[in-house]
Amino acid sequence: MTHARMTPHPETWLRVTPAGLYCVPGDFHIDPARAVARAVITHAHSDHARPGHGAVLASAETLMLMRARLGAEGAGRSQRALAWHEPLQVGDVRLALVPSGHVFGAAQIVLDHAGSRVVVSGDYKPRADPTCLPFEPVPCDLFVTEATFALPVFRHPPAAGEIARLLASLRLFPDRTHLVGCYALGKCQRLIGLLRQAGYDAPIYLHGALLPLTAIYEQAGVFMGAIRPATAADKATLKGALVLAPPSAIEDRWARRLTDPVLALASGWMRVRQQAKRRGVELPLVISDHADWDELLATPGTLGCGEVWVTHGREEALIHALGLRGIRGRALSLIGRAEEDGGEAAETMAAGAATAPSKDPPP
Amino acid sequence: MRAFALLLERLLFAPARGAKLALLEAWFRDQPDPERGLGLAAITGELVFPAAKAGMVRALAAERTDPTLFALSYDFVGDLAETVALMWPEPPPGRTPNAPPPTLAAVIAALAGTPKAALPALLAGWLDTLDASARLALLKLVTGGLRVGVSARLAKTALAGWSGVPLDAIEEAWHGERPPYAALFAWLEGRGPRPDAAGAPLVRPLMLANALEEGDLATLDPARYRAEWKWDGIRVQLVAGPGGRAIYSRGAEEIGAAFPEMIAALAGIDAVLDGELLVMREGRVAPFADLQQRLNRKTVSARMLRDFPVGVRLYDMLFEGGQDLRALPFDARRARLEDWFARASPPRMDLSPLIPFARWEELAALRAAARNAAIEGLMLKRADAPYLSGRPKGPWFKWKRDPLKIDAVLMYAERGHGKRSGLYSDFTFGLWRDKPGTGTGGSVGEQELVPVGKAYFGFTDAELAWLDRWINANTTERFGPVRAVAPLLVLEIAFDGVQRSARHRSGVALRFPRIARLRTDKPAAEADRLETLERLVPVASPD
Ligand SMILES: [Zn+2]
Ligand SMILES: [Zn+2]
Repeated sequence: MTHARMTPHPETWLRVTPAGLYCVPGDFHIDPARAVARAVITHAHSDHARPGHGAVLASAETLMLMRARLGAEGAGRSQRALAWHEPLQVGDVRLALVPSGHVFGAAQIVLDHAGSRVVVSGDYKPRADPTCLPFEPVPCDLFVTEATFALPVFRHPPAAGEIARLLASLRLFPDRTHLVGCYALGKCQRLIGLLRQAGYDAPIYLHGALLPLTAIYEQAGVFMGAIRPATAADKATLKGALVLAPPSAIEDRWARRLTDPVLALASGWMRVRQQAKRRGVELPLVISDHADWDELLATPGTLGCGEVWVTHGREEALIHALGLRGIRGRALSLIGRAEEDGGEAAETMAAGAATAPSKDPPP
Repeated sequence: MRAFALLLERLLFAPARGAKLALLEAWFRDQPDPERGLGLAAITGELVFPAAKAGMVRALAAERTDPTLFALSYDFVGDLAETVALMWPEPPPGRTPNAPPPTLAAVIAALAGTPKAALPALLAGWLDTLDASARLALLKLVTGGLRVGVSARLAKTALAGWSGVPLDAIEEAWHGERPPYAALFAWLEGRGPRPDAAGAPLVRPLMLANALEEGDLATLDPARYRAEWKWDGIRVQLVAGPGGRAIYSRGAEEIGAAFPEMIAALAGIDAVLDGELLVMREGRVAPFADLQQRLNRKTVSARMLRDFPVGVRLYDMLFEGGQDLRALPFDARRARLEDWFARASPPRMDLSPLIPFARWEELAALRAAARNAAIEGLMLKRADAPYLSGRPKGPWFKWKRDPLKIDAVLMYAERGHGKRSGLYSDFTFGLWRDKPGTGTGGSVGEQELVPVGKAYFGFTDAELAWLDRWINANTTERFGPVRAVAPLLVLEIAFDGVQRSARHRSGVALRFPRIARLRTDKPAAEADRLETLERLVPVASPD
């Protein structure tokens, strides 16, 4: 995919504005940080899907999740669901949605204009996940990537091994409730899916903030098994049980209602001990819905692109390492993106899910 | 190595003693010999091999990683070994390493027989076969940095819990044994005889006193108790017999090498004696600061021996010849001690006198009047009590003298400014309490440390330097200039008062706390509890 001589560079038609990435020939923003007239949304996480846009285009699954989180109004005054891979002409751009493997409904946006192809990945993960479609690599000229875990220390081990550690801990401490902190959208349901894959068939108890989104997964046909609200269960029932809760709940009073719980946290950040120690985590589980360092570095090479733009995360290391491989990198430094995967955004997420409609999360 | 790494990781993050015990018990149950014994030795610091330096680890990283990426990663992680372990290149997914990962036994055997120059290549080869947590375990092991908060005592408690053999019996059998403790495990599993150290000078578990609390005296009959001064030295157990001579600290550490004159004084004696080690000049006890000159030394100079001569003030006798006196009442043991002392007139030893009294008020007056710096207060011992291990409630009390003092555990250290910049000068210490939500219904709760104050260290530069080394060797985390340390070092804190405070997590605040001294002789588990401090809060104090 080399540029023809007269092909305009994508930077002439894909711009960074205060609201975020803006596609000039299609007149829309991608994952804008503030309310805009026309938005294409990669996925329903709060730092990508803000409330109050005019027209919203996204996958049907993402729109479903956005309506649950932001209310029917907040998710966009007019909403259009686009089927996977179905091309759509928007102004002077051809657009398509391709699975990014990040969470249920998460899409990469493929943009074709004036002889160039740009793929905006949103957040992505090129690994199996029982709760969403797998990441599909789309060859392109320019790849717009995330960089949440863009340091060589972040290499996510196979998730099945982390689940095995959690199950081993349940056997070792059969009387202690295992409270697992996890992001309300995506991580929670993936954990449930992984546990079911590993043969864990006991009821799994959820903090109230995780219930509405999990119900949507179930309605959409994702197998979750026996799910119970944790608040309805008494202490004795929760002995030796698994309880999932937003990351903030493991640090605050909510955890104290349980008898001597094992505090676990499922996040890519748990790879670094200091991060686990600081949060008082007894069982860190390195499970992430983002690409790890090896994947962030290898993916652009497999797409054949000569240039990579980095939206949010640790740009410096990734751009340096891509440079060593002959790929030009550029940091977009988009504002309004939180560090996901159990970072501060998780708490915003949880609050958003618990109190439902259109409350603009703090930046 | 993988299973060992998983154990280390869980121990590191386990906040409570109970969880640590459960993890160790599972390790003893599930692991084969010699892995379980070697793991035990590694965790409790019993393994000896030439340690690699941080510089070697850094050099390895430089060979295998990009310098910019290394710098960015180190900056984020903050720990050298962890950075290297996490970013060490791995074979692509699906491809397995060329060699199987080594067992812990293989690693330890190879380390012992490898010259230093060959160590980097050996290490790199192993790192290539291990996953991240095992790489970290390996690097921490070779740099001597495994710090997971497990004392020898805790490990023995776990052995007792797993095997059902009483802790005292394990303590006694332990001493003749070396890693990987195959005979010990065989005995504990009922497959072999109890290891016999054949007359070696073994430590016997100490009997400890409870602090006397407000109101205790009213319930005690003075006629049934004996009183002694509580001397401000370090508690020791002297063990001498045909099998050898040894001096044990209250942490069951053998400290004879630091006190050769005392070892010499035990020549010809066949007994186990309990007493206080003090610097004594012509029978007069010198201040604790003098004794401190002699502590924590591997060797001792002739000048030290001359300037700070030590002796032991005896107060109990556990064995005479081969005869175990521990089941006898205190009065009978005391009589045996006095008889023996009169016959043997051992050098460098004297008897701690009994203080006659009839009523508690007399003792209280004596205690209040005692101005000798070598006296910490009084000991009360029940006349009919046998010598029991641990800290039974009732037979022994310590009745400490004012000012207010408390034994706390060092939690954080911060580097100072100005004259003492570079050295740690600012210390946060904590006390034990039951972890909230545990220990209900009369059972013993899991213990956690809660910070109760911060103090500057007012000691000599030599002491500061010692502390500096200790902190470097026991750091578990860094936060800028502040380091968290393993909860192992006891500090005696003197203070003028204590009051309730909503601003402190502990709920109490100390007035003018200062570090009175380092209590390297005292195991951290025996530091004071938060309740001890809470009881000192004046009842009528305005909130
Ligand atoms: Zn996301
Ligand atoms: Zn994101």
